[in-house]
Amino acid sequence: MLRFAVRRLAFAVASVVAVVVITFLLVHAAPGEPMLGTPERTVASPETIARQRALFGLDRPLPEQFLRYAGNLARGELGMSFVLHRPVAAVLRDALPNTLLLGGTALVASLLLGLAAGALQAARHRTRTDALLGAATLVLYSIPVFWLGLLLLLVFGEGLHWLPVSGMTTPGLGDDLSRLGRALDVARHLVLPAASLALVQAAAFARFQRSALLETLGAEYVRAARARGLGERAVLLRHALRGALGSTITLAGLSVPYFLAGSVLVESIFGWPGLGRVAYDAIFARDYNVITAVALVSGVLVAAGNLLADVALAVADPRIRLGQ
Amino acid sequence: MSPWRAAARRFRRNRPAVAGTVVVAAMAAAALLAPLVTVDPLAQPDPVGLQDRPPSAAHPLGTDPYSRDVLSRTLHGAQVSLLVGVGAALLAVTLGTGVGLAAGLGGRRTDEVLMRGVDVALALPRIVLLLAVFAIWDRAPPAAVVVLIAATGWFQTSRIVRASVLGLKQADFVAAARALGSGRGGIVRRHLLPHVAAPVIVSASLDVGNIILLEAGLSYLGLGVRPPTPTWGNMIMDGKDVLLSAPWVALAPGCALVLTVVAFNLAGDGLRDALDPKAA
Repeated sequence: MLRFAVRRLAFAVASVVAVVVITFLLVHAAPGEPMLGTPERTVASPETIARQRALFGLDRPLPEQFLRYAGNLARGELGMSFVLHRPVAAVLRDALPNTLLLGGTALVASLLLGLAAGALQAARHRTRTDALLGAATLVLYSIPVFWLGLLLLLVFGEGLHWLPVSGMTTPGLGDDLSRLGRALDVARHLVLPAASLALVQAAAFARFQRSALLETLGAEYVRAARARGLGERAVLLRHALRGALGSTITLAGLSVPYFLAGSVLVESIFGWPGLGRVAYDAIFARDYNVITAVALVSGVLVAAGNLLADVALAVADPRIRLGQ
Repeated sequence: MSPWRAAARRFRRNRPAVAGTVVVAAMAAAALLAPLVTVDPLAQPDPVGLQDRPPSAAHPLGTDPYSRDVLSRTLHGAQVSLLVGVGAALLAVTLGTGVGLAAGLGGRRTDEVLMRGVDVALALPRIVLLLAVFAIWDRAPPAAVVVLIAATGWFQTSRIVRASVLGLKQADFVAAARALGSGRGGIVRRHLLPHVAAPVIVSASLDVGNIILLEAGLSYLGLGVRPPTPTWGNMIMDGKDVLLSAPWVALAPGCALVLTVVAFNLAGDGLRDALDPKAA
């Protein structure tokens, strides 16, 4: 088990390194200058551009720039944002907790909803409940997350005025409220963006859970349990769902890329001040250090998710860690 | 009856799958015929006087904030979505099958190198890479969008193909073919490919919907295929700010998008059930 975990950890580190190298090469090999836009759009004089390039070391050969960046990274230095004139680490420190709050809430909600719906469908296989939930999950699974976000914003925000549609807090309210009041205010702002992310992913979880359970329900050991005279409910709860914890952690781990991609879109719709917004702004401003740092953080999150998934799967199924 | 004929019969009896196929075919026809039956999607007959008009006889789905015809733009938008969705899925399947065959047949060293590479590649955050590339590549043509989405989407297929090839290599009928003097090319064509085809077709057809959603997300952010070329993603972006006053601008492409992806997923689910009766 330990050897297996070490091997997977090595893959995780390799993939994070690959992400950083690829992103670094992509942004530095591309045309365009930081802060000054693309060559066609720039208004700065050649002298200004040259001064900026020298200031940030962008006039050096690419291998030298990369070695310097890697050296700084090894010391935990992420550099300065060209555009925000702040250390990149500070930008990330502000944004990352907000994205983790949004993504974490959506992940928990989608797991609860999706696994419950999938289990209900499997228990009521080939009934009207199964068919209705199947249709609902198919449609939700096929909706672009930004389109669902806009629809929720239209109906519950602009139409019914039940919930706030932008930002994380109500402006000007912060100082008047108690700590609980502030938390509730954030929670109200969280509902619509988290629901957009969660509903789509819940549909994916439900589709997976249903087919996995149906497969287990046909397995030999479940048939044996039935033959011993166990009722359907006991079969489902005691045998079919027993492997569910491992597969749940696996699902959660593998869904990290979805929540990262979704957060870029959803945060831009609801003005949520998270990593997705930072990535979006940095990409259009060609803020090299921020782009590379966001890629690094995303790479770490995805790799951690995959690692968690692998280990959970190996704990649940000895055949995997023994390499069979 | 051959297994393929049997699968085709199972598919034809699956009503949702047939309905999905019909919708996909209709959408493809609409995309192809759009230039013939609608006005120019870029035309602004009266740039300031015709903004955000509700549906009328002249503009059956109304006009957008730039006074352009929403029906025409929605039908033309289908071209990009279908081209990218189907094109990238086909290309990704080809790449994945090629690498999977190479890993499965190419000996230990090749297998090790290719599959470790795939392991790392599977952990890359695809969306961050695509965002970075398209933000830098301002005027990427649709073909580049197809290639880049395919280049970041074949890893899973290569694993599926490799796993079935490794299993099949040991099978008696392959050993028999080899003993009878079949070359490696003949064994791949006649014995391996037909067996790996079913799972590969299923994963590709289920992937089309996801790729269409991915392209729509990119063009919603203004990346990939750029305005003024109509895509469903950038049309929804255009309609976002007039969601209350002119809902048709975003509703038309949004509904077309959901309808198309649902149709592809129904067809894909149907293919899976038809080709793999055990999973049904």
